[in-house]
This record gives sequence, structure tokens and C-alpha cells, in this order.
Amino acid sequence: MLNHTDFDLQCTDLVRQFDDFTAVDQVSFAIPKGSFFSILGPSGCGKTTLLRMLAGFDDPTSGDIFIKGKSMIGVAPNKRPVNMVFQHLALFPNMNVSENIAYGLHRQGINKVEIKHKVEQVLARVNLSGSGEKKIAQLSGGQKQRIAIARCLVLNPDVLLLDEPLGALDLKLREHMKVELKKLQQEFETTFVYITHDQSEALVMSDQVAVMNHGQFQQVGDPQQLYFQPDNAFVAGFVGDSNKWSAKVMDILSDSLQVKTVSGLVLQVQKPETKTFIIGSEVEVFIRPEAIHISPMLESKVESTQLQTNQLHTNQLHTKVNNILFDGANSQLLVEEQTSSEEIKVKLPQTAEFMHLKKGDKLQISFPMQQVNVFPKIQDK
Amino acid sequence: MAIKGKSNTPLKLGLLLLLCPLLLWLVLLVILPQLTMLNISLQERVAPRIYEYGLSNYIEFFTEPLYWNTFLRTAVMSIIATILTLIIAFPISYYIAKMLRGRAKGLLLVLCLVPFWVSELVRTYGWMILLRESGVISSFLQYIGFTEGPIEFLYTDATIMLGLVYSSMLFMVVPLTSTLESLDDSYIEAGYDLGGNGLSVFWHIIVPHAKPAIVSGCIVVFMLTLGNYLTPILLGGKSSLWFTEQIFTQFITRFNWQQGSAFGVLLLSISSLIVWLGLKLSRQSFSKVMS
Repeated sequence: MLNHTDFDLQCTDLVRQFDDFTAVDQVSFAIPKGSFFSILGPSGCGKTTLLRMLAGFDDPTSGDIFIKGKSMIGVAPNKRPVNMVFQHLALFPNMNVSENIAYGLHRQGINKVEIKHKVEQVLARVNLSGSGEKKIAQLSGGQKQRIAIARCLVLNPDVLLLDEPLGALDLKLREHMKVELKKLQQEFETTFVYITHDQSEALVMSDQVAVMNHGQFQQVGDPQQLYFQPDNAFVAGFVGDSNKWSAKVMDILSDSLQVKTVSGLVLQVQKPETKTFIIGSEVEVFIRPEAIHISPMLESKVESTQLQTNQLHTNQLHTKVNNILFDGANSQLLVEEQTSSEEIKVKLPQTAEFMHLKKGDKLQISFPMQQVNVFPKIQDK
Repeated sequence: MAIKGKSNTPLKLGLLLLLCPLLLWLVLLVILPQLTMLNISLQERVAPRIYEYGLSNYIEFFTEPLYWNTFLRTAVMSIIATILTLIIAFPISYYIAKMLRGRAKGLLLVLCLVPFWVSELVRTYGWMILLRESGVISSFLQYIGFTEGPIEFLYTDATIMLGLVYSSMLFMVVPLTSTLESLDDSYIEAGYDLGGNGLSVFWHIIVPHAKPAIVSGCIVVFMLTLGNYLTPILLGGKSSLWFTEQIFTQFITRFNWQQGSAFGVLLLSISSLIVWLGLKLSRQSFSKVMS
């Protein structure tokens, strides 16, 4: 057992049961001091329930929560050294910016001079000096965001909980706030627990991400781990974009498997070290659109050199463009493999080479077997 | 300009027509009667059927202690009744708006409404059945041996207050409940999360949010109470000393319309004055409260 005091926040076998529904199921984790920890999951996965238990608005059915080594069971929300940034921020509309920030300090019984000083200090740190007299309604979305965070951080909590606070912002501002939140976290050196259903928010900002589904943590790891080495099919499918196929194991070689999808596409995949497979067993295969290399199938002489450059890629497929989904930098191609007619999503680089690509064009696609993830098929429901 | 003028005229006419019912209502039912009453109140009788303008009706009010004592007593009792109604209605509204979910919520609101399905007269007689000397409560207390003889609960100030608060409750509960419902739970949770206790969350977050409803509820309850006639008369009996009773006496018993009108004008003045003071004290504007 780890020593509780090494971590700002630690949960052990946390369970929250509602009648016959288990919202949070045996969740255990520990967050080191000063890190940015995200809980990523689809809506209804139990992440909000988990956060509310950390804040003290809900009590676990069993298990324990430790903050700086102290158990929080039975401790009221106003006595916990955690503060929460609410989904819709919950800035008090009847108070101005300063009064909002000062609210928590007043509750601690700090004298007025010191409160004024602290409020000014924290406003400066979130780059909103001089906004103290403003009404909440006068602030822009991003400013409200920063005030909501400042209102919590001025109390110097051990852990700051954030409940999808970027959800209501428009895309541009959200991108901007991601970076800003990360900077604020590093500057204040406070432990952030951030819950979101948006994988990009989680991947960009976090030191550690926990992927949650059906009340359980599916995998905890840094963003790269989740992206490149997902533990299971749920994580592989949820984090990032993927081509996902059901397939059968056809052959087992020393370091690879040969699998065949339902529609007949044959792929070479690396044999995972931790799992064992038998011939004929059902698996799920994942390959990311951005991991696939594409090259135009030109006339015969060029074709041979093209093939050579990608010799290392075990999987070489001949395809035809079915659709071009243009979305700027996130553009994708839907291509059809010629023998099996399996449709494959491929990232379309916006380089000169592919500018004139059109529907019906033939394409050579390739990817190494290491980038294909394979998991035994989960037989549920 | 000519074109603008042309297009303006039908619009104005349309607006006028639309406003017609409201204007008629205001003029015929509110302004005209009050002005007539003011006019009557300023007339004094110098000889049979001969009247002259003068202030004698008002002078009579200020020189007769019974009149202005009753007047002040009515105002003070109404203020107390309003405050009591607020104190009792607030937890009820909070419970309905914030603690209950779904069907129970609607059911409780309907329960608040049920007493208003019968007339005020019947409701008040209901209280009399409970409270009179030979009534339900008195008999029960004798039955359990709490007291030897019958107890008269009627005809005291406390009974009047009880009746007034009871009949005003709905007008406080309804605006409060709907306003408290509009307060997002996250504000209350944020209040606790930032270290507030029950009292500070109530005072700094819930009350400021509910303030317009508190003030509008108080205005309605105060006006209803001040102008109430049945409840004080039936529950207070001869000792009720309610100002509307004085007005009734002047108009009906003594047939002194001039004096009655003067009392009516005075009642309107004091209720306006107290409402104005209340708005000033709570720093609310009338338009905000009534919206």
C-alpha cells in the first residue's frame, strides 16, 4: 500500500451505488502533487458522480477518499480542502468580480485589508487586473472562466476540481483556454482534476488521463500511452479516431498475427505481448486514419519506386477513393480496398501531392503492423 | 416626412385600440372611483343636503383618537402579518422548489392552493369552528384533561394574526417557489464549496436571488391584509379594530359617505407610503419586482 501523504488525492475502491445502478464501480487512483489529472469518458460514464464525491456533494457507498492523506468520509463540502469550478461556472450574479473572489476569503474570516490584497493579487495572476468592479454579466466567456478559477485558487485548495468548464465556449476560445488552463495549473502548482468528454481537452492539458466507462477506469496513463498503447478496445476506440473492424485470427506467426475482417480484408498485425490468441478467435482491430501512409498509384515505372519507399510497411493495400471529406487540417478520405471492398478512413494531408485527388482515383495505402492494435472481442450484450 | 407620418398614423391607432381594454379598466375601475372618492371626501355638510369643500373629514380623523389609533394598529398588524407570512412561507417554498422532485412538488403546491377553492368566508368559518369556546380544540383540551373549563380562542389579536397569515400564505409561496426554482443548484453548491455554511449561503446567495420575489410577495400580502375585512371582523369580533371596519361603518351604518371616502383615501395613502418605503429599504424598483 502506498503512503497516503505522497499524493494530493487518493481514492481506494470507491463505489457509488444508486438503487440497482452502479455509477462508480471500484475506482482506485492516486494523483501526485501538482499534476494535471483528467478523467475522460462518454456522458453517463460516472465521471460527474465521481467528481461530486470528491467535492463532497455526494457520499460514496463504499471506499475511501484521501486528500493529503486525510480521509474525507463524512467531511462536509465546506470543510474540504478542495474547490470546484462548475460546468456553468456558477459565478454569483448579484456580486461583482471582486466580491465573487472575496466570498470564500470572507468565509474564512480573513480581515478586509488582506482580502483586498489577495483579490488584487489573484486578479493580476489571471491577467484581469482592474476588472474587480465589473459585473459578472459584463465579462466575456473566457474572462468568466478565469474568474471562476481565480475564485477557487485564491483559497489555495489542495485540489481543484473542474467539471467540463470549457463545454459552453465556442471552438476558438476553447482551443485558447486549453492552453491557458494548462499554464495556470503550472503557475499555481495546484493539483487539477479535470473531467471531460472531449478527448482533445484531456490529451492537450493532462499529465495523466484516466479513461472511464461504465463506472470503471479503463486505463490510466499519460496521453501518449493512451494514444499509442491503449489497454483495451474501449480506449482504442474512444481516444482518437480509429478504423475499427471485427476480424478473425487466421494465422499466428512468431511476432505477428494474420487477421481477416468480416468483409475479407487481410491484415498483418503485431502480436501483443500481454495477450494470447488462438486461431479462429474473434478480435477487434483498430488502425488510426493518421497512421496510414498514402501514395497515389501512378503509372508503372513510378509505382515500383513508390512501393520501395514503403517496404517497411507490412500492410500494403490497393484502394480507390470513395469520398473526400474536406475539413481543413482534419480532412479525411474514405477509400475502398479493392479485393474486399472494406471501407477505410485515411487522413488526407493537405500537401501539393494530393491537391488534385478526386473521387474514383486509385491510391496505394500502407501501414506498419506495429500501428495496428488488436484486442480480443468483448462478448457483452 | 409625409410618408413617415402616413405610416405612423395607422400604427398609433392600432396601438390605441390594443390598449383600449387596459385604458378603460384603468380609467373606469381605478382612477375614476378614486378621484370621485377624493372629491366626496373633501366635501363637508353645512346644512341638510348642502355641501361645501373643506377638510373637516380629515380633521375629524386626526382629532378622534379611535380613528387614527385603529388606523395605525391596522398598519402595524399588517406589517407584522406580512413579516410572519414571509418567515413561514420561505422554508415551505424552499422545500417545494429545491428539495422535492417531480410529482411531490406539484402535489404540495396544489395543497397550498386547495384552501382557496372555497370562499374566504367559508375558510374563516372553518377557523371559527376550530377555535370557538365550544369548538374542536377547546373540546379536545377538555377531553384530554388539559383544562377544566372551555377556552375561548377567538377574538384576540393572535387569532386575527393567525387568520391573516393563513389567508395570505399562497400569495407569498407562489412567487417565492417559482423564483427559488430558477436558482440553479450549482450556485448553492458553489456557496458551500467555497467554504460557506448554511447561514452564509442563505444570506449571500439565496436571499439576493429571491429578493424580487420576496418584495413582490410582501407587497401583495401587505395590501391584501391591510384591505382585509372578513378575517379581522369574524376572528377578532368587536375587539378587532380594523380600519376597513371603520370605513364600512361610515358608509353603511352611518351613511356618512364623506367621512368614509376620507378614510378610503387615507388607507390608500398609507399603503402606498409603506410599499414605497419597503421598496426603498430593500433597494428594489417597482418595475423589477413586478416583472
